[in-house]
Amino acid sequence: MERPLSRARLGRWIATACLLPLLGGCNMVVLDPAGDVAQQQGNLVVVSTLLMLIIIVPVMALTGWFAWKYRAANTQATYKPDWDHSTQLELLIWAVPLLIIICLGAVTWVGTHLLDPYRPLARTAPGQPVGAEVEPLEVQVVALDWKWLFIYPEQGVATVNELAVPEGRPLRFRISSSSVMNSFYVPAMAGQIYAMPGMETKLHAVFNETGNYEGFSANYSGAGFSNMRFAVRSMTAEGFERWAAKTRTAQATLDRAAYLKLERPSEKVPVRRFASVETGLFDRIVNLCAEPGKMCMHDMMAIDARGGMGRAGLYNVRQLSYDKFAARGTGDTASDRYIAENCTNPELLGASLARIEDRVIDLATLTGAGLARPGGPAFRTRSNTPKPAELSQAGNMDPAS
Amino acid sequence: MTANAVVSTSAAEPSLLLGKLSWNSLPHDPIVLSTMVVVIIGGIGLFALVTRYKLWGYLWKEWFTTVDHKKIGIMYMILGLVMFLRGFADAIMMRLQQVMAFGGSEGYLNSHHYDQIFTAHGVIMIFFVAMPFITGLMNYVVPLQIGARDVSFPFLNNFSFWMTTSGAVLTMASLFVGEFAATGWLAYPPLSGISYSPSVGVDYYIWALQIAGVGTTLSGINLIVTILKMRAPGMGLMKMPIFTWTSLCANILIVASFPVLTAVLALLTLDRYVGTNFFTNDFGGSSMMYVNLIWIWGHPEVYILILPLFGVFSEVTSTFSGKKLFGYTSMVYATVVITILSYVVWLHHFFTMGSGASVNSFFGITTMVISIPTGAKLFNWLFTMYRGRIRYELPMMWTVAFMLTFTIGGMTGVLLAVPPADFVLHNSLFLIAHFHNVIIGGVLFGIFAAINYWWPKAFGFKLNQFWGKVSFWCWVPGFWVAFAPLYVLGLMGVTRRMRVFDDPSLQIWFAIAAVGAFMIAAGIAAMLIQFAVSIWKREELAETTGDPWNGRTLEWATSSPPADYNFAFTPRIHALDAWYDMKAAGVEHPADGYKDIHMPSNTGAGIILAGISTVCGFALVWHIWWLAGASFATLIATAIIHTFNYKRDFHIPAAEVAATEAKRARLLASAGA
Repeated sequence: MERPLSRARLGRWIATACLLPLLGGCNMVVLDPAGDVAQQQGNLVVVSTLLMLIIIVPVMALTGWFAWKYRAANTQATYKPDWDHSTQLELLIWAVPLLIIICLGAVTWVGTHLLDPYRPLARTAPGQPVGAEVEPLEVQVVALDWKWLFIYPEQGVATVNELAVPEGRPLRFRISSSSVMNSFYVPAMAGQIYAMPGMETKLHAVFNETGNYEGFSANYSGAGFSNMRFAVRSMTAEGFERWAAKTRTAQATLDRAAYLKLERPSEKVPVRRFASVETGLFDRIVNLCAEPGKMCMHDMMAIDARGGMGRAGLYNVRQLSYDKFAARGTGDTASDRYIAENCTNPELLGASLARIEDRVIDLATLTGAGLARPGGPAFRTRSNTPKPAELSQAGNMDPAS
Repeated sequence: MTANAVVSTSAAEPSLLLGKLSWNSLPHDPIVLSTMVVVIIGGIGLFALVTRYKLWGYLWKEWFTTVDHKKIGIMYMILGLVMFLRGFADAIMMRLQQVMAFGGSEGYLNSHHYDQIFTAHGVIMIFFVAMPFITGLMNYVVPLQIGARDVSFPFLNNFSFWMTTSGAVLTMASLFVGEFAATGWLAYPPLSGISYSPSVGVDYYIWALQIAGVGTTLSGINLIVTILKMRAPGMGLMKMPIFTWTSLCANILIVASFPVLTAVLALLTLDRYVGTNFFTNDFGGSSMMYVNLIWIWGHPEVYILILPLFGVFSEVTSTFSGKKLFGYTSMVYATVVITILSYVVWLHHFFTMGSGASVNSFFGITTMVISIPTGAKLFNWLFTMYRGRIRYELPMMWTVAFMLTFTIGGMTGVLLAVPPADFVLHNSLFLIAHFHNVIIGGVLFGIFAAINYWWPKAFGFKLNQFWGKVSFWCWVPGFWVAFAPLYVLGLMGVTRRMRVFDDPSLQIWFAIAAVGAFMIAAGIAAMLIQFAVSIWKREELAETTGDPWNGRTLEWATSSPPADYNFAFTPRIHALDAWYDMKAAGVEHPADGYKDIHMPSNTGAGIILAGISTVCGFALVWHIWWLAGASFATLIATAIIHTFNYKRDFHIPAAEVAATEAKRARLLASAGA
């Protein structure tokens, strides 16, 4: 990735080449996106393709040539019916693909680590490292049937089907889902990551241009899937502040009751804005306990981690019911609960809210050209990151951990 | 059953007699309703014709109850062809919907219907088209290639076929009685769980695949044993024809991977039927486990499909280039390496699920490594053509088309194996284009090559070339017109399984793809005409030598079609290309010394057991518990009763063998004259 700009240009060039036949009918957002992460991923698409063409082009040319030259009608061509082995050729046909795969494998290893969606951004653009003081903007994303909820803890607001972000500032998405699996994808910004109920996935990204883009679910999730699209608005920092201020003047607020109404299945939902959000709502969603009286998964796990509650624990099991007996928002799942919320330990919930920042990445194993040295300013290392509270670990249903 | 009780509150209470089945289960949708009417009329017509010409006895005696691997192979091919037409109808409907649903238009399919169509398309094309096609080919060709008189377990073979058919019947029944799954072809939970898919669609999916899976697994075992134990004397493993080698590897993959599918579907069944929590959101279930398990089956599955066709292309290239296969040994090792590696790549189907970078890179790199032996194979075909005398008969044309098409599909596949590239292309139409590129360009083109190659062997006459070429020239460009736009759309960020679109600039690409789909439709029509014309003019196209292509392997040593017993004498093998070697050595057909030949008897047990399984599956789908119980008990009882059937074999008298062989010798002599 030493010369990413030239590769970006290459991507644009390829995108432009595609314009020619259809006169403007083609916007290859994957190769020409508006965010640095997607740009690097798009570049990787181009680089890998070029690398493979080194072997694909000769193979196809040879196929055409042999198919033509050795046609039966061409009696001039050499015919050797019993020739079936050549050690040199065999070496060549195993070695050349092997060499290309070694190169591609190296590109893959480095690229996959650098562009790991869980990894905090090291740069916002080529040559623009992220300073240690820069705090990414956190956006909590919940895939609902069939719309997207975005919670902005820093701004204290929330939106439905509208993602507004400041250009140039690193973004940190915490992603979950209320019912079934979806995939959070804004092609102009960064690659996708699944949104799964009861679990949290992460994505780090940045926008380098302002403008209006589109995001959607890239994993089929049922009847309303096709219309599960949201507007993405990349704004200047000031524009974003104005947007947040305006959103804070909205009529609606998002508390747990409002969320439970919101998560009911609906399609083609217009943009909605909420002036405030109940504290800890996202954590409750991830822990399947947005409903009053429902025990949070991390509480149950903490109890289990201590050896459970014996026979009394059986009663808790009933409280874990989330969508086993009916799809979310279509039935009353809270009617037969034995124990109300009072047995939830508020300390545990607090511990999970002050959750670990981002997964710490040990860079000691990652060295090589173009990679930041371990301990560089952009990354926290294990030694200087505060150790998270033990119990909050239990509530962290992070599939990668 | 509390889970079901709660869920079914939205529908009518299940009745004791009919379970969830009621008049409401029949179609209301005009498209489905009219299809049903046409199918019923067609079915009655077919039934009447068979009755009118008194064919039921013939069909029952000669085909339905047969244990002859050749006839079973042909029945598999017919099953594949019929289901292919259904699967393709789904494809055309999707193409039409996607080209229409722009600018606020909803198209002509609602989501309930459309979502079932793309699910059914995937399920049918993989399980009931590609699988029967390759199983049919292996069934027909492998025993002939290794000089055997049948497979190791002839009755099991018949039973396997009917179980596969039973799965297909259940899938087809779902079109008219109830509905099919609307979950995507792998039915990921929680969407496929009882809360989000409370109706019978997913149950049809589960039971169709479970019943067909019994057939597939047993047929895999059967063919492995056949290949390992029944080769003619002298045929060591490294003298086996390459198609038999690839079949062996494919069947090993079947036996090793299908149980995983069975297990994961059984767990999903438990979740849906008795309220367990393997894949639920709450109570400690994990849908990620399902995704992992289903792909541990799913990835080997794609190699199960492609490996036998790699064998076909090897045979065809060698035969029509008039040359030994280049690098036989490295071809065998490449096949084995692919077989092993296909088990360590499954995670590349879900790089986006949040695995760490090291895990993702590991699976990305193992995936790329598979391209090395695959590339070696391609080079081997190339160097088989090199310094050959290539006759461009239809099988060879399909092979060259495959080499050019599959290369691109392989390249985009390796591209998708780079995790960061997959993040932007996963689930996009680019992915759809990629796997159609390898499955159509590899599996389907290979099946077409194989049909044109072995048809004269199976029926004693060649296929019409003109209509074959028409089909070829509609199919190959049609494929590119249909799928190249999907590559472009994928790069434009368009995801799969969409029913309606906003962005009008996409429409032109869908229009081009639809044109391509109609070109393919023309190719399919031409192929059906090719079959019809060839059957019509079979006298003109007759093939009396048994060896129309100057073949190299043992199947060409037999008459066309081969006698019931395949070989009057078990051949002795001295070289890799056994028949080529015999021809070169001037081996004569022996004229006397025949002995009685021991043969397995036909039996109706296979079709009866599979019929009862269909009823049992249907009852389980609809929660008709008494019928499920009764049919299951009958199934077990019938199987036990069948074990007391001692009329399992007979002998073809030596005189009859001598007569058959003498007739063959006369035919050969007249052909030579």
